Amino acid sequence: MRGSSLGALRAFALTLTAVVCMAAASEPSERLPDPAQEARARTLFREVRCLVCQNESIDDSQAELAGDLRQIVRKEIAQGRTDAEVRAFLVARYGEFVLLKPPFSVGNAALWLAPAGLLLAGGGLLVALLRRRSAAGSAETAEVDALSAEEEARLAVLLEGDGHDCAEKGSQEDPPA
Amino acid sequence: MIIELGAFALILALVFSVLQTGLSAVGGARRSAVLAGAGRGAALATFLCVAVTFAALVHAFVTSDFSVANVAANSHTAKPMLFKVAGAWGSHEGSMLLWCLVLTGYGAAMAVFGASLPPRLRAYAVAVQGALGIMFLAYTVFASNPMIRLVDPPVEGRSLNPLLQDWALAVHPPFLYAGYVGFSVVYSLAMGALIEGRVDAAWARWVRPWTLAAWSLLTIGITLGAFWAYYELGWGGWWFWDPVENASFMPWLIGAALLHSAIVLEKRGALPGWTVFLGLAAFTFSMLGAFLVRSGVLTSVHAFAVDPTRGVLLLMMMGVAAGSGFLLFALRAPSLNSGGLFAPVSRESAIVLNNIVLSTATATVLLGTLYPLIREAIDGEAVSVGPPFFNLTFTPVMLLALAILPAGPLLAWKRGDAGAVMRRLWVALAAAAVLGLVTYGLIVPRKALASAGVALGFWLIGGALAELAERVKLLRVPLAQTWRRATGLPRGAWGTTLAHAGMGVFVLGASFETAWRVEQAQALSLGQSFRLGAYSLTLQDVGTVEGPNYLAERGKVAIVDQAGRLVCAARPERRFYPTGGQTTSEVHICPKGLDDLYIVLGERRAGEGGKPAWLVRAYVNPWVRLIFLGPLLMALGGAISLSDRRIRLGVGRRASETAA
Repeated sequence: MRGSSLGALRAFALTLTAVVCMAAASEPSERLPDPAQEARARTLFREVRCLVCQNESIDDSQAELAGDLRQIVRKEIAQGRTDAEVRAFLVARYGEFVLLKPPFSVGNAALWLAPAGLLLAGGGLLVALLRRRSAAGSAETAEVDALSAEEEARLAVLLEGDGHDCAEKGSQEDPPA
Repeated sequence: MIIELGAFALILALVFSVLQTGLSAVGGARRSAVLAGAGRGAALATFLCVAVTFAALVHAFVTSDFSVANVAANSHTAKPMLFKVAGAWGSHEGSMLLWCLVLTGYGAAMAVFGASLPPRLRAYAVAVQGALGIMFLAYTVFASNPMIRLVDPPVEGRSLNPLLQDWALAVHPPFLYAGYVGFSVVYSLAMGALIEGRVDAAWARWVRPWTLAAWSLLTIGITLGAFWAYYELGWGGWWFWDPVENASFMPWLIGAALLHSAIVLEKRGALPGWTVFLGLAAFTFSMLGAFLVRSGVLTSVHAFAVDPTRGVLLLMMMGVAAGSGFLLFALRAPSLNSGGLFAPVSRESAIVLNNIVLSTATATVLLGTLYPLIREAIDGEAVSVGPPFFNLTFTPVMLLALAILPAGPLLAWKRGDAGAVMRRLWVALAAAAVLGLVTYGLIVPRKALASAGVALGFWLIGGALAELAERVKLLRVPLAQTWRRATGLPRGAWGTTLAHAGMGVFVLGASFETAWRVEQAQALSLGQSFRLGAYSLTLQDVGTVEGPNYLAERGKVAIVDQAGRLVCAARPERRFYPTGGQTTSEVHICPKGLDDLYIVLGERRAGEGGKPAWLVRAYVNPWVRLIFLGPLLMALGGAISLSDRRIRLGVGRRASETAA
């Protein structure tokens, strides 16, 4: 979805020429003769930023610089370089900014690890919540198991102390599905 | 004159919003029905004033009054009427006014339709909504006023960017704003509840309809934008993970999380703190979006409003709203008691998992969007975070949630029986696996991941249907009884089924389109052809046409299938708009069932033997229609849920208490 807000589309007009003719990489005159190499080049294009454009890969951009970058990538591939070598070459020349997929490095570790870390943290929280809940709710779930003498005693204390809470919880028990 | 009236009404709206906040807040604190009522009246007046301003601006656009700076910059006499009207929200100033219109509109709606809310909560919420109104109206009046006149009006306007002169983009902002500004009501209700210090099941019941409405409208808005990008930008892409897109997507994700956690709070009284937190977060993300989109801090393909002063103001407004919200939350959170115990296998757990995943997904999008700024601040290194990052992180995280989704609605509250759920779902699961394998086996080139995506799509649809079948006891009781059960189902249940199935429809479309799209481009002279998958394309003719405000080259491309039948006579255009000196491609799309044949006419160049040739690009986009159909089903599901009797009547017992 390109165009979340019509706000300030005026300035958008300035970049129009770059936007109109997209999918520039399919330009027939630029293609490599070997289809396998061409396919690899196209995959790489999507990871390389058109440096002078607003936020486009060189696969999409019609800008002259994007054309030059595509030529560089195609030439490197035709010379038998691996994808990693082509990326390294581009970074050496233009800086990390050129890669739309930031490399996994110390500087970018936070970026790449955060999603998994957050997911694990969330999972951990859920487990902790369930543990705490099941400890707190043992009186409620005890009906399934026979109570030990110790538990009976604790239950009695609980019922005396704050009986109304347990009674209320119990009344909300759904019928088993 | 009308413009001056509009400008005056805008200032009046600001005054009324101050009254709205003051009267409602005091009315709430002193439990005074009179003051609270006056506050509600002020809310209504605020909205009416902004509506007058908005109407005045639209009038100026419709009549091409170029003495108004905003009209001169964004309109043109030759522009078709729809785009003249849409021009009113086609600029920074106009769209901020639209934002204010929606914001105050929701405030007025709360004043008028909030009768089922407890009086105090309602008064506080109207007050908070008014406070938001003060900020945004003051910003519009003092920093971004669309009603400013030009001393020396031009004879002709500068027109709107031709790419944006399109019906989908004309109606996209109203939906989008109705969506993400709608979360302001949720924010206000959350603030009201925190001020009152009470967050309970009844509160969740009041929040849900507003969340549903905002989320459904936002879904439609985002889908319209994606659809516009698909057919207008000329290469068939529909999502680019651009910062501006992400800005609208984050509130959507949080809204989806909130919809689900509010159910848990409503039915089981659990997760009150978390639900309120999401309520505050949803609108915070909306404001963050407004800031990102308008400040120019991030490089976006939209590249607009590079106005640091306004950016700072918007950032300050977001800081005030979010800061006070989360501060209040931090003060109150410890006292929110979280009732409702549940077992590890239960619907509550499933929904908590859903929330964990959606929050992680939101955080991933946020981090990816802001990371270039963060890196630059830390070590001055310029980095880019683009689609490959999001595809590698966001997508797997979301897939996790989608894989377990069908089980959720079938699990019982408190303590579910995983075995019983699997017994109800195994048919859907088996069918999805078989369809995935068939896809893998039949479709060339073979793609394992995409086939798994297809299986997932069918699993979601099948799971949603299985849940419906379970509810109506399909094939287990006589059909007549099934029918009775189906007609007796609450609309909310239909809404859930539709929204979950819609997600599956989207996954199917996205998997197919991404994996098996066919692309071909070649320079063709008249009469030449090329092959595109199973089709053959011939450029038959290129002529010139004259539109209302453009000149165009129009190609005639005949597409025939393998049997030699004419499938489509495509008429792609390449338009030139003399006003701005811009060129656009008008693609031709031939729908073939769920697929699209997508034809673009490129520039003219010298072909073989000196004859003129045109670059013709063509795509087969398989099942692409599902990408847009799925979200629309989700929005429809939301709308159906919204019409549920339980929501319309609101609150049951407590409603009758407050009404009495």
